[in-house]
Amino acid sequence: MTTRLARGGRLIDRGAPLEFTFDGARLRGYQGDTLASALLANDRLLMGRSFKYHRPRGPVASGVEEPNALVNLGKGARAEPNCRATTTELFDGLAASSQNRWPSLDLDVGVVNDAMARFLPAGFYYKTFMFPRPFWKHLFEPVIRQSAGLGPAPKDRDADRYEQIHAVCDVLVAGGGVAGLTAALAAARSGARVMVLDQAPHWGGRAPVDGGEIDGKPVETWVNDALQALETLPNVVLRSRCMVAGVHDHGHVLAEERIADHSPGDGRPRRRLWRIRAGKVIAATGALERPLAFAGNDVPGVMLASAVRDYLVNWGVSPGDRTVIVTNNDDAYRTAIALRQAGLAVPAVLDARERAEGDLPQQARALGIRVETGKAIARVQGRKRVTGVQVCLQAGEGAVLEDIPCEAVAMSGGWSPVVHLWSHCGGKLLWDEAGAMFRPDPVHPPTGASGQPMVVCAGAAAGALRLGDCVTDAHLAAGGDGGAPAGAAPIEAPLAPVWVMPQGAPVAMRAKMWLDFQNDVKVSDIQLAAREGFTSVEHAKRYTTLGMATDQGKLSNINGLAVLSQALDEGVPQVGTTTFRPPYTPVAFGTLAGEARGPLFQPLRRTPMHDWHEGRGAHWEPVGLWRRPLAYPAPGESVEQATRREVLAVRQGAALLDASTLGKIVVKGPDAGRFLDMLYSNLMSTLAVGRCRYGLMLNEQGFVIDDGVVARLSEDTFLCHTTSGGADRIHAWMEDWLQCEWPDWQVFTANLTEHYGQIAVAGPKARALLETLGGMDVSAQALPFMGWAEGQIGGVPVRVYRISFTGELSFELAAPAGQALDLWRQLMAAGEALGVVPHGTGALHVLRAEKGFVIVGDETDGTVTPQDLNMGWAVSKTKADFIGKRGLERPALTDPDRWRLVGLETLDGSVLPEGAHAVADGVNANGQRKVQGRVTSTYHSPTLGRGIALGLVRRGPERLGEVLEFPTIGGALVKARIVDPVRYDKEGARQNV
Amino acid sequence: MLTLTCPYCGVTAEETELTPGGQAHLTRFGPGSSDAEFEGYLFARTNPKGVHFERWRHAYGCGKWFHAARCTATLEVFGTYPAQAVAPPDDLIAHIKARRPGWEGWT
Repeated sequence: MTTRLARGGRLIDRGAPLEFTFDGARLRGYQGDTLASALLANDRLLMGRSFKYHRPRGPVASGVEEPNALVNLGKGARAEPNCRATTTELFDGLAASSQNRWPSLDLDVGVVNDAMARFLPAGFYYKTFMFPRPFWKHLFEPVIRQSAGLGPAPKDRDADRYEQIHAVCDVLVAGGGVAGLTAALAAARSGARVMVLDQAPHWGGRAPVDGGEIDGKPVETWVNDALQALETLPNVVLRSRCMVAGVHDHGHVLAEERIADHSPGDGRPRRRLWRIRAGKVIAATGALERPLAFAGNDVPGVMLASAVRDYLVNWGVSPGDRTVIVTNNDDAYRTAIALRQAGLAVPAVLDARERAEGDLPQQARALGIRVETGKAIARVQGRKRVTGVQVCLQAGEGAVLEDIPCEAVAMSGGWSPVVHLWSHCGGKLLWDEAGAMFRPDPVHPPTGASGQPMVVCAGAAAGALRLGDCVTDAHLAAGGDGGAPAGAAPIEAPLAPVWVMPQGAPVAMRAKMWLDFQNDVKVSDIQLAAREGFTSVEHAKRYTTLGMATDQGKLSNINGLAVLSQALDEGVPQVGTTTFRPPYTPVAFGTLAGEARGPLFQPLRRTPMHDWHEGRGAHWEPVGLWRRPLAYPAPGESVEQATRREVLAVRQGAALLDASTLGKIVVKGPDAGRFLDMLYSNLMSTLAVGRCRYGLMLNEQGFVIDDGVVARLSEDTFLCHTTSGGADRIHAWMEDWLQCEWPDWQVFTANLTEHYGQIAVAGPKARALLETLGGMDVSAQALPFMGWAEGQIGGVPVRVYRISFTGELSFELAAPAGQALDLWRQLMAAGEALGVVPHGTGALHVLRAEKGFVIVGDETDGTVTPQDLNMGWAVSKTKADFIGKRGLERPALTDPDRWRLVGLETLDGSVLPEGAHAVADGVNANGQRKVQGRVTSTYHSPTLGRGIALGLVRRGPERLGEVLEFPTIGGALVKARIVDPVRYDKEGARQNV
Repeated sequence: MLTLTCPYCGVTAEETELTPGGQAHLTRFGPGSSDAEFEGYLFARTNPKGVHFERWRHAYGCGKWFHAARCTATLEVFGTYPAQAVAPPDDLIAHIKARRPGWEGWT
């Protein structure tokens, strides 16, 4: 049984009991417990099932490296799968449930996979589900998907809030253990701005459990003193529960702070993402203990020696009355000593080394603990929990010398420095033969913006595992002046690298030696991968899934590499490591999204009339970050019906459009005309003051990128209208050319898009409407087509442009943004008698398509030239140069076979599907049907009472009258005739009145 | 995420304040240029592992375009300078040579 001892537990408060549930059972723990320690205290050793074989699993670790004890936390809008019980702080009312089991954790049908394990080796899926090919899509994949994943993804919208914060510091210390605190003190005393972040809720790392003295004080006392000293320094920020997830380019560090995981619903944000620019990162991230590979090392009750020690010392939890220690190093003897001092039995320490004469083994012996050197575990007995171990010789093949009954096994295969933060930005690693570990290669650090070393590892993370070395190293890493703190701890003898136990284990044993506990990767799987040619460590990883579980191989990678290197008969450094990638431990999607969700997902740009549209029940169309009314459906009216009504309102009376989103860029200066002549394909410098001209902008390739009307405001000032989505892009484009290509031209540009509200008044009654309000002469004589004038309408100062995108008599009124809504309201009120309505972009699109006017982005896609759009007239033949002129001369762009703009009319009057392609005879090299054109815009035209479309068709304008075939997704063919794109008022009489 | 110092306003800008503009010091070829010249101007870009000269705009800052010399392998920034320069400044070239002794030069 695992149980709570009567005494002990430095992190728990026995005066503060808490209630929680696991799979519905009500259990009790204490303030300061983790979910794992509380479950163990309640003899709930079985916490999960492995991914592939559904093997019963208990915790193997006590921290972030835990691969087994993953649970679902919370319910409904606070449900979260795959939470590590070992790092989940207990709180009153916590509700956890187990995963990857059915019907229950104790009785799991999926365990049948375990019985089949012999037939489910590495690469089983790759080998098995290849043929017949259709089976993959219809049979294999659906079945495999059903069984994939551990916990189910939550279905409800997350109830919690997440936030993000930016910070800057000179020195960021990742890890608040003795090394981190030493480094922080040294850095802070030099005056640097220091941030110290630790993933745990408490400071000191694991040194208080391991013991020893610093500066003559017990470690725990020293830690408290160091913390107090740091807290008083104004240049130090301390954050616990804050995990440094990754070190990125130029000292950009991301960290995730768990603010309210342990107090859900208290009103605080649940987590916070820190985006930090650090001058230097000190990675005092410690080291992780490695498991040993022996048969049955995954049976619940087999734990890391350090984890057994943690549960005992931190939380007063006994792993069982009798614990066998198995090790290749001195450190694990600390666990034996701690257990014995807590009054528990240690039947034996099985040490794979031939000799164990260090301080710690001697202390153990002095306590009467039996120490067996040269010994190993042949097999762990028990299934859902350990009942005993069989002892064998490490040097042999596993012949059983002795059975030792026990409830727990504490294993230690040595320690691996946590080099993740060093490696994220390219720091290189050294293989340390003596320590059998990868540690940072100080000659090849990750470098920052000026090429300086950006990360330094300190203490155990740098390979300085012993307390004394650890604090000295950390002090030096932080550039500390004077003497380092002096750490004192027992002297440890070197470990013996042991990767497989016993060294001559037969295959039946190797097939029960787990490397990756969560993904069920065993020693035999890595050896199989090597035999099958997956000799690169990255290939072997993906073939076997070693290290690909939620723990990302924190326990398994080094052991897996070592087994692979033995199978390949190469050294570990030759085999190399897989890549360490951020985040160090999983970061919640919510944290990364922060406040950018719901209404705050994107900024929303509103025109001055936005609220009016909303009040009128506008159906919105997103245009960039703007919202534009697509139509204004009346009660009981569909969007389509409203669009038809609005089209007819423009054609027969008058209607208003909010055109405020159109880009408005002022270009001013002595060289403004010359500059616009370069930017537009047609001539702009000849435009008279008071007049407007439509223009096309091309890129250097010769393709259309934007269009709009340019008005000349004065001799040296032009106002360039751009597409709604294009204002920022075109303004940046102008600035690029001005600053980089023609810096000596005297031109200023200003993007005034949001300074004006713009209202298009279109329809035969448009002039009558403006005259009702009065204030300026808008007669054809005073303000002819393609002219503009300044004045007042209804008391509002306006610039009125006689331009038309609907083909009707049309005025665009630009008013200062603050007065545009007033003008809009006056127009609506005055128009009531005339039957004036607002119209949306839906109607606008139909109206312009009836006139054959193109929309950049509909008729163009970045590969369309002015000539393709039949707008050769807008390409100057007299200008010596303009952007795109040389590009248009390329043979592919002058090819007469290019697809060009036409109108398309279905023979049956129906609306062509959007994006439909016109097929041609024959097939291409890939066996696909050849195409000869496509639909770019397609609508029902209420004016014409039929479907109309615009499209690009090979040699289109030369083929008027031909009938093309458009296959639809359902397989039917729609026939459409090529017609003139201008379907309505070809002479343009209606707009020019 | 990179940080680059804008040579106009002096701000050390986060990459989120900047927009990239590709390779620096291209010569524009317009009407009258040969096919080979125009093709080179439109499409031919260097993609070195090592020293590279790039265009950046301090788009969410002062709005100015500038040039940066950067190592594409280590992301070391050797320096930034105004976009109107037709060649990298001499002191920058010297600095790069000191940092990358084997560097072949910028053209």
